[in-house]
Amino acid sequence: MLLQVLTGAVRGGTCILYAGLGETVSERGGVVNLGIEGSMLCGALAAYAVTAETGSPWAGALAGAVAGALLAAVHAFFVISRRSNQLATGLVVLFLGLGITSLFGAAYVKAEINAFEPWAVPGLSSIPWIGQIFFDQDPLTYLSYVLVPALWWFIFRSRWGVLLRAAGERSEVLTTYGHRLVPIRYAAVIAGGFLAGIGGAQLSIAYANAWFENMVQGRGFIAVAVVIFAARQPFWVAAGSYLFGAALALSPVLQANGYSINQFALDAIPYVLTLVVLVLLGRRRAADAPEELQKVFEASVR
Amino acid sequence: MRRRWIAAALLALLALVAAACGSNTTSSSESGSGGTSGASGVQPGKDSKKVGFIFVGPKDDYGYNQAAYEGSQAVQKAFPDMEVLTAENVPEDDNATRIMQSMIDDGAKIIFATSYGHLDPAMKIAEENPDVVVVQQGNFIKGTILPNTGTYFGTVYEPVYLAGIAAGASTKTNKLGYVYAFPIPQTIANINAFTLGAQSVNPGVEVITVNTSNWCDPGKQADAAASLFSQGVDVITQHQDCTGTITKAAEAQGKMVVGYHADASSLAPKGWVTGSEWKWDDMYTDIVKTSVAGGFTGSKYNANYRVGYKTGENPFIQSKYGSMVTPEIQAKIAAAKQDISTTGSPFAGPVYAQDGTVLVAAGTVPDYAQIEEFNTVFVKGVVGDIPKS
Repeated sequence: MLLQVLTGAVRGGTCILYAGLGETVSERGGVVNLGIEGSMLCGALAAYAVTAETGSPWAGALAGAVAGALLAAVHAFFVISRRSNQLATGLVVLFLGLGITSLFGAAYVKAEINAFEPWAVPGLSSIPWIGQIFFDQDPLTYLSYVLVPALWWFIFRSRWGVLLRAAGERSEVLTTYGHRLVPIRYAAVIAGGFLAGIGGAQLSIAYANAWFENMVQGRGFIAVAVVIFAARQPFWVAAGSYLFGAALALSPVLQANGYSINQFALDAIPYVLTLVVLVLLGRRRAADAPEELQKVFEASVR
Repeated sequence: MRRRWIAAALLALLALVAAACGSNTTSSSESGSGGTSGASGVQPGKDSKKVGFIFVGPKDDYGYNQAAYEGSQAVQKAFPDMEVLTAENVPEDDNATRIMQSMIDDGAKIIFATSYGHLDPAMKIAEENPDVVVVQQGNFIKGTILPNTGTYFGTVYEPVYLAGIAAGASTKTNKLGYVYAFPIPQTIANINAFTLGAQSVNPGVEVITVNTSNWCDPGKQADAAASLFSQGVDVITQHQDCTGTITKAAEAQGKMVVGYHADASSLAPKGWVTGSEWKWDDMYTDIVKTSVAGGFTGSKYNANYRVGYKTGENPFIQSKYGSMVTPEIQAKIAAAKQDISTTGSPFAGPVYAQDGTVLVAAGTVPDYAQIEEFNTVFVKGVVGDIPKS
């Protein structure tokens, strides 16, 4: 049964992981994007629609990523170029994504697609436990295994990562050294939407194999919470996403095994977990947040 | 300066689009001039030239709302001169009142409120417009039924019982899975009927339930299906608004699936067993016909009308069979249907609750009203608890 929960954790946590990695990039660059849920919706629809039209889930995943990036670009425009409030704009962008996808998605509710299939990695998948949990999944999940260390390397070891973090920590320094802040922030927000779009694609064409309006159902917000308590560290984001995946998988697994537990309480677990972890880590980790983000929060509180 | 202006214009445009999507009604809500006149002599709905339908969801959800929409189009076909007004995504609150009133202001004298939660707004509208027939789908009016109102529904658990027979005969593992959203009476009755149907041909069968606390969260549905399959479930069914995920998951895993709401056999060509689907055409058309003729008040629709195999044409019909349902099983199902249509019932006694208490005594055949009453607990053979808040 534990095996089922853990397998479910990876299966259900991967879309949160992609969105969380996207939010990590965005916040490292100094922009909070609450519209990440909208990017996931756009990604989910675009991926489903393009897969239905072309028959290729890879083309779908790419389309999902681009759609997520486009919506994030709207957020970037208002926040960076128009200096609007980041939190409020993020919510508006979410509802924009929800509206657009509900409108254009109706035509694809009935479409049938050739979805990503789980593919057991030869050799690795026969390792007891580890193999079943991690190596009998869909291709986008495997891609995320590569992405986590790659993103860590990018943020903390590459020259581009220094610029990104400078944009988030001390934008004056960046300007002093002759770099332009605006393009870097745009790139960070749009890249974040790109990743969240892949997350939405994973949800619609690999995990649930369906499109329906508002199908993301709050997973984008969970991702934002994960990023906050994972202190914008890719490996911790991965751990947090799987933790939430496990919390989501717990309810059906317990029920299917015939355990009688208050299911409404069970359904609240992911959100209670968010609150608990935020309370436990919030104060300690607040100091780790990028400086420019703290300005955002201060400005919006005033 | 100019750029700021463009941004402002863009925002204004967004706001306009949002407003346009949000509502399609005018603010006028005066009730008709006859708003308080006595009911005597009024024949609600008589000679109506327009009929209005409101739906809680999109008209192409491959489920409940689509079926209701298709019913409204059948009315259009039956009455080519009638103007059929439809409104999708109507919330179950004051918006419903406004939208129904605007349809009435537009000349509609017959209104169909098709969602369970549309009852209260519908009754309010009915009270204010005694010359308009307002009927509601699936809920139950408690207390006085005004001369211009009524509810109507099929007995959904009857075809579900028959589908249960097919599932019980098809399973190899004796484990059936049922994914549902919320423990509303209709769902509990369906789960019980499905279980009793399966047990009638396969006494050892059990039905494992998983609830998702959501009418449509495909991610949760995928989790629910996966955990049921890993328990050895080989036939799965569901009570969800969107049905694609579970149907496709069953097909991909080589399992069997029993449908609900609509024929989804094209999604599961190998695993499709059978299912139940809506067909409102005849009932809608008959309600409109009765009202236009001026005979609504006092008719069978001027009540909490429930139609089942015993009393007429059930609007919830059986879907087609998959290849695993042998002619022999089909004959059994046909016999069961015949029995239900005459003297029997899916809930003919003895029926036991999960804890062993007797719900229906041996030899007793409950009527439709009684069935709605005792379906608050699961029957024996169902695995899972009804979530309590």
